[in-house]
Amino acid sequence: MEDLRESLWEETSLEGVQTLIAGLRDSLGVEHAVYHVVGGTGREYGAFTYSSDWVDHYKAEEFYRHDPVVNEAIRRFHPLDWKTLDWGPKKARQILTEAIDGGIGKQGLSIPVRGVGGQFAMFSVTGFESDAAWDKFIDEKCRDVLLSAHYIHDRVAQLMDGENTILAKPLSPRERDALAMLAAGKSRAEAADRLKISEHTFRVYVDTARHKLGAMNTVHAVAKAVSSGLILP
Amino acid sequence: MIKFLYADQLANQPKLAASMFRDRADQFHDRLKWDVSVDKNGFERDQYDHAGALYVIWEDNAGEHAGSMRVMPTTERTMIRDHFEDLTDSVDITSPLIWETTRFCISPRHAKDGKRIAGGVMLAGHELGLRFGLIASVGVFDLRMTRIYKALGWSPDVLGARGTGRDRICGGLWAFSPEIRSRIARNAGLDEALADIWFDASFTAPAPEQKALAA
Repeated sequence: MEDLRESLWEETSLEGVQTLIAGLRDSLGVEHAVYHVVGGTGREYGAFTYSSDWVDHYKAEEFYRHDPVVNEAIRRFHPLDWKTLDWGPKKARQILTEAIDGGIGKQGLSIPVRGVGGQFAMFSVTGFESDAAWDKFIDEKCRDVLLSAHYIHDRVAQLMDGENTILAKPLSPRERDALAMLAAGKSRAEAADRLKISEHTFRVYVDTARHKLGAMNTVHAVAKAVSSGLILP
Repeated sequence: MIKFLYADQLANQPKLAASMFRDRADQFHDRLKWDVSVDKNGFERDQYDHAGALYVIWEDNAGEHAGSMRVMPTTERTMIRDHFEDLTDSVDITSPLIWETTRFCISPRHAKDGKRIAGGVMLAGHELGLRFGLIASVGVFDLRMTRIYKALGWSPDVLGARGTGRDRICGGLWAFSPEIRSRIARNAGLDEALADIWFDASFTAPAPEQKALAA
């Protein structure tokens, strides 16, 4: 997700999240993107790129009671490829047929996200590709979809609750060192060598730091670490 | 064959589940003498064996456990994050791109075939990383496992260690790549295509007509 527009990195309002989700859709190259969260207290929020007619219809028909995507996501943590789910029951087939007719998508990939305090969220992307083309999309983009899901979740959680909602300890010296090396323009190989760790371990430390900072990508993580005074520019 | 099963799905496989938890007691409590608890059924279970845990389990021809491990996302509480931060260089390992693997276990009934069983479980675990776009898995392991990882060609980056000799345990990171996948399969003497077959069998719901036949 190195190509998400920089202007979307730090949305500061829930309206801005609508712009963010459209940005994620464009960046991932999918038909639609949708994020929905139910807080521990039952408070809900959703952002989506399709028309609100579908959402109203979905709610009025109580599709969420029969939607295999929802039923799986609440019990699983792995990315869910819609075509691997059980669309056998009549009501499930109806949901899929109407989603296709309504221009929502015939393929989908959904990421369950669990937050602190019993939050449950789901981020989904959709398309009209063939099965083979969708398999290829997942093969190439599953990581970006995972990153997008957790990124938008963190943005929304912060805007709704006004605090950092990532369940993590502060950055360790090792993670700060890793980001500082990148800020100083060192290559991954040079930085790993300096820190006396493997390149793979270096990559993991940068990634855990990125996640803790609620950053979309490495460049964003370095920028956030500098601006918050965690590392020197 | 290897199955990927969430904790709630173990209820449909009582023989497989019971033999796994008993084999874990045999391995971790009786043989390795780790500080783990065994319940009245002889099951070794801990707080991380909750409803959300995912298990990778090799089921033998008798329908019993041959080898397994437990997988969970590091964006939630994990054993390593809660108890073994000194083994991960004091870094709290958390990311949607990193999953934790723990309780790697080989059944004493399959000890002679241990390398192949361990290789299968590792090949299946590796498949999770490749298919879901992860960058690493993190885990705690003992000295005995170091030799197994080496023999199978999937050694971790060691981040830290605790204890000495037989009691020594380490924290490590494993990478994923198509090359590693081929290497594990070759070293274990397994057909690499099994990884896809196992994955698809578990993560794809049976088509309606197949389910009607099975019922």
